[in-house]
Amino acid sequence: MDAIELRGRIIKGGRAHGVALVSMEPVGFFGGVDPDTGVVAEPAHPLAGICVSARVLVFPTGKGSTVGSYILYRLKKNGLAPAAIINAESEPIVAVGAIISDIPMVDRIDIACIHSGDWVEVEDERIRIVRNIERDP
Amino acid sequence: METDSIVLSATERAMLAGDEGPGVQKAMEIVVALGRIYGAQQLVPVGSVQVAGVSYKNLGEAGLEFLAEWADQGARVRVPTTLNPAGMDLSRWQALGFDPAFADRQNAVIRAFSQMGVRTTCTCTPYLIGNRPGLGEHLAWAESSAVSFANSVIGARTNREGGPSALAAAITGRTAAYGLHLDQQRRATLQVEVRCSVRETSDYGALGYLVGRAAQNRVPFFRGLKVTAEEQLKALGAALAASGAVALYHVDGVTPEAVAGADVLASESEFMVIDSIAPGYSALSSARAGDESSEVRPHEGWGAPIDLVWIGCPHASLGEMERVATLLRGRKVRSALWITAAREVRQAAVEVGLVAALEACGAQVVADTCVVVAPMRELGFRSMATPSGKGAYYGPSHAGLAVHYGTLAACIESAVEGRWTPSN
Repeated sequence: MDAIELRGRIIKGGRAHGVALVSMEPVGFFGGVDPDTGVVAEPAHPLAGICVSARVLVFPTGKGSTVGSYILYRLKKNGLAPAAIINAESEPIVAVGAIISDIPMVDRIDIACIHSGDWVEVEDERIRIVRNIERDP
Repeated sequence: METDSIVLSATERAMLAGDEGPGVQKAMEIVVALGRIYGAQQLVPVGSVQVAGVSYKNLGEAGLEFLAEWADQGARVRVPTTLNPAGMDLSRWQALGFDPAFADRQNAVIRAFSQMGVRTTCTCTPYLIGNRPGLGEHLAWAESSAVSFANSVIGARTNREGGPSALAAAITGRTAAYGLHLDQQRRATLQVEVRCSVRETSDYGALGYLVGRAAQNRVPFFRGLKVTAEEQLKALGAALAASGAVALYHVDGVTPEAVAGADVLASESEFMVIDSIAPGYSALSSARAGDESSEVRPHEGWGAPIDLVWIGCPHASLGEMERVATLLRGRKVRSALWITAAREVRQAAVEVGLVAALEACGAQVVADTCVVVAPMRELGFRSMATPSGKGAYYGPSHAGLAVHYGTLAACIESAVEGRWTPSN
């Protein structure tokens, strides 16, 4: 069992844990994630067809329309939000979405250290990655 | 551990800690997070706020729920705050054919803003209804055309805020000092030499479209423009901010930060020449400029029937309404003619008899909304002529309309004919 601890920068403080879902491509929520199912809906996206709900969602940065902030809020209200968000470098749309939706979020993390299927615990700017569970993404 | 770049005052730390309740805490979290992302070292007080994200068509139920919850958490604005256009004329929606179910949701949005203490005038031109900030004053404005006007024409300082971030600034009375709040970020990074005639307001829209596309988020500095009216700058800035992400531009000898002797150029800047604005007219008339993937049919050319002529993007000034009335000369329009304006400007036009004169010709002076944020296809419109570069840019993608772009005179003649009939 490996455990790695990393520190980043708080965007939205809080504690959460879950199984990592990692995209090395940016994620846009408006038109990119279905607010009523939590499934990534952007056709050519590496996570297309995968549900982000309750996962620790890891991606380099956000993209797309500013309405994306409200899509995160809608996911939260529908009980379908990610447990936490980890970015390499945060941008305002996802950051504002995480804050208004109470989703813990941290950035300035080397996301290459996290693989889909890892168990990840987030507490404010600290994250702990445990790689003892074999899982599919 | 990442050191925090921002130094907060005791009052700001208390807001962040929740001492003023959850609504203020959430607002301060947004302000501080954006400051961290952009490397700000402090917050600055803002003089006023312009909020975007008002139309129910764009907000949807999620946005409405969020605003209502924030209002219920006790969030109240601390500085004068105005709203962007809503999805309908808030008082004349029935006469204009809006769906009552849509009106019900739109009114719920307005009530949430009202509960927060926002002035519920819905316009993209707060600077035409008495909010003229001072030179160098810090603001948090959303609405890209108003941001451009405030920065460029007035010389105030604001970044391009989003809906929630502008509202967060209103609730805390502060914004993070980064980007266009800082002197060094306001210098021009793209020199634009204009070598052709630019006279009509629509010429300025076409120019803005061309330069915005090239500039992206750089700061243009124009040489060779003979500006004769503020409306020309309003049209230029709106188009620059639509085809690009331009939030500030300078015009040699015209705008306040580009007056003689001012240090307006960045140490490194690129150079471009505009020889003709015709490519701007043709791109904006193609009905596909705003969204290459849109399904709207391409420009059908001279003689094509048009459902709607739209004046007032950004919202019309009294002077623009007067020019429309002069061009109409009492003639009846065959297509719909909408002049969109701030409620206060419409009222001023009522008082001088201008609205009655325009309505006698079959025109509508529509307050609080615009073609980009109203459900235009649901109202039955499919094609539009406009002299607004911004309006033409967003018409296909946001309103589902095929667009003809031309001068104000060409648009008014076309409204009278009911067909696209530009004379030159």
